[in-house]
Amino acid sequence: MSSTNPQEIKQEFIKSKIGMVGVSILITLVSISLIAVAVIPVETFQEWNNPGKWISYPKAAVPAWVNYLQTEKIPEHQILDSPVISDSVQEEIIQTSHQFSVNYQYDDFPNDFIYEFTSTYENSPLIQMSVLRPDGVVLELVSSSLPYSENATVHQERIFSADEMIKKNLFLQSDFYGFSVQGLSSEDIIFSQIEQNAPLKGRYVFQINAISIGSEIELTESELIIGGKAFGVMGTDELRRDLAVGLLWGTPLALFIGLVVAIASVIMGLLYGVYAGFKGKKTDEVMMRFNDVIYALPALPFLIILSVTISNSIFLMVGFLMIFGWVGIAKVSRSMSLQIKTRGYVDAASMMGQKNSKIILKHILPQLLPYAFASIAISVPAAITTEAGLSFLGLGDPSFPTWGQILHDANTFGAAARGLWWWIIPPGVMIAITGLAFVFIGNALDAIVNPKLRR
Amino acid sequence: MKRYVATRSATMFGVLMITLLITIALVGSNMDTILKQGIVFQVRAEITEDPGIAESFSSVEEFEAFVQSQIDQRVESLGLDEPWHSPQRIGVTMYKILLLDFGHATFLTSDSGSSDVKEIIFEKLPRTILLFTTATIVISVIGIFLGALAGSKVGSTIDKITSSFAVISSSFPVWWIGMLMIFVFSFMHQIFPARATPDIPSSEPGYLLALLYHMALPLITIVMIGFGSWAYLVRNFMVGIMQEDFILAKKTIGIRQKKIIYAHALKNAAPPIVTILALSLSGSLGGAIITEAVFDWPGMGRLYFEAITVMDLPVIIGATYILTVFFLISIFVADLLYGYFDPRVRTGQ
Repeated sequence: MSSTNPQEIKQEFIKSKIGMVGVSILITLVSISLIAVAVIPVETFQEWNNPGKWISYPKAAVPAWVNYLQTEKIPEHQILDSPVISDSVQEEIIQTSHQFSVNYQYDDFPNDFIYEFTSTYENSPLIQMSVLRPDGVVLELVSSSLPYSENATVHQERIFSADEMIKKNLFLQSDFYGFSVQGLSSEDIIFSQIEQNAPLKGRYVFQINAISIGSEIELTESELIIGGKAFGVMGTDELRRDLAVGLLWGTPLALFIGLVVAIASVIMGLLYGVYAGFKGKKTDEVMMRFNDVIYALPALPFLIILSVTISNSIFLMVGFLMIFGWVGIAKVSRSMSLQIKTRGYVDAASMMGQKNSKIILKHILPQLLPYAFASIAISVPAAITTEAGLSFLGLGDPSFPTWGQILHDANTFGAAARGLWWWIIPPGVMIAITGLAFVFIGNALDAIVNPKLRR
Repeated sequence: MKRYVATRSATMFGVLMITLLITIALVGSNMDTILKQGIVFQVRAEITEDPGIAESFSSVEEFEAFVQSQIDQRVESLGLDEPWHSPQRIGVTMYKILLLDFGHATFLTSDSGSSDVKEIIFEKLPRTILLFTTATIVISVIGIFLGALAGSKVGSTIDKITSSFAVISSSFPVWWIGMLMIFVFSFMHQIFPARATPDIPSSEPGYLLALLYHMALPLITIVMIGFGSWAYLVRNFMVGIMQEDFILAKKTIGIRQKKIIYAHALKNAAPPIVTILALSLSGSLGGAIITEAVFDWPGMGRLYFEAITVMDLPVIIGATYILTVFFLISIFVADLLYGYFDPRVRTGQ
């Protein structure tokens, strides 16, 4: 405890390279959290475990930027939701057409395609779907009527590429292909070259016509999904969830868990230890025995039992982590306060009749503050990894997507053995980077507070 | 010294009892429900097996009353009519657990098919000890030599590499590195199996060999993550010792640097190192739960994980007890060693 002056500590800290690296990582993480809170609506992450929310996303897709690194382009998953709409009225016949244009430049066939729409109509209108290929060939895919309804009704439907009707229609129009289309899936036929079964690059135009006689028809929420194997910045997982959302939201959660647990347990340990050391004698003895008991409890098995039997809510988990966090700090601060107690000014203060609480708060605690800050920084990574570990075992709070939970899902679906690297590497790297930021800051502070370590 | 040992053992025993109490308190009510359901199921099964019993009753009510009385009888004979928190039942439960009588598992069985919790645990325990003791030994050997080397050349490249590797490797969760290792060595290059459970039954002669082969990947992972912080610790002790007067004196008389490091300095750094060795052994047992879950290593950790997944309470209680005992024994040994090496601790000053 050479320099307890905050000004000096600050100056020395700025000089420490490693400390500044830690601070800049921390600032980056905080800005990521702010971006996450600002950009991604809260509802999105609350629906993390709702499969319905993610249905239009691809399954286990690699990040889209992988295409920049290799010559074989993997088809990117595309969700087209802004069609070119044109309406026409010819006497009795009312027609509305939606056109989706796709520039397909990939070296593999898409996984599938899905057309999703909501329609408001009367009677029984006709839905037609066709595609104009880059070579000018037009393929009719669907021609069917919507279920009859006497009154105005709202109907929602999804047309899948695996639909039998599309297959049959394609088979009837397949004479010009230079190979047998028997047994091929619809997307493999539509996106194929004529001479051989390889993807044909270029602009495809999907047109959907809704034709009604004598009554209004409207198509809303019209969406064409070209199912690919690559998606977004971070890819998706087996449950079609966008990993970028999970990773972004994991940042504020990890910082919250780490900081709250670290700060609360350091404060608890500090007060406990200082009080025990200051009081001394019987109080000290009893308090330190209790400390020994908590210290000897095996933390992880207990955390597991607590989360299984009581609750796995993230807030209670923070509390459980605190139970095991304060013990070591209490021991150290006790011995430090034993030292400070013997100094002249503490004696003088107590002789002048100051209250014990005032002596502790005014004369002992401030001396321990630098040590407290260093311990907060050092305890954060432990809290984050322990929470991640519990989540990894499947004991985390299911309503919040933490990095540990993403890794738990990855492990459940055997991501490592299947080679889904984008599902494993980013969450772990985030955990490690967050831990490192605090370790760097803690080490830098520690070196200033304990000059013995400075070599 | 005797008094010190006595107080330490008393504390440890107290902790063990408190741990047991807390565990029972946490799972007690669930345990009761499950046991009672088990009795109801058993009674019904026995009655359906023997059609004669059902025929001897004239009405459904009478029959149901008979079944109920049978159930009540058994509940009473097992002492389940009292709530789990009655002192008598807690006493009996704790006494049984102390004698390693954990009862029968609800779902899990050992490899040989037994559902006795004691047998399950004693089948898994040696494998965990095999993996983690080997890992700790390898880690400490590498750590001590690297640490001594780094500590004797403060500020050199090797010192800087060791220190930064220690800081960085300790921030990565072991289980995540485990997943990466499986990805690299089982998926990209098929050198090691992805699951660490050998696929031949334990009775075959090649079992031990298969087990060792399957152990390679978890072992490498644990060592990779562990040795950095060990080296760092040893280095810090060495830095302190290398500046002591007696080392400087030895240097001036012209004793070889190597001999000073390994014979004199390391010997003086031994006490804290041995203490930490004992502690890290127990620490690794706690970490085993997650590590074994990743690698599917058929030891205590995975057993614990499986027991939690299906809520097999007797196994959870038994495994917690054994883990706690191991944890306490190693803390106790570490304490004693520390007291032995540093007399100031014993007298409590």
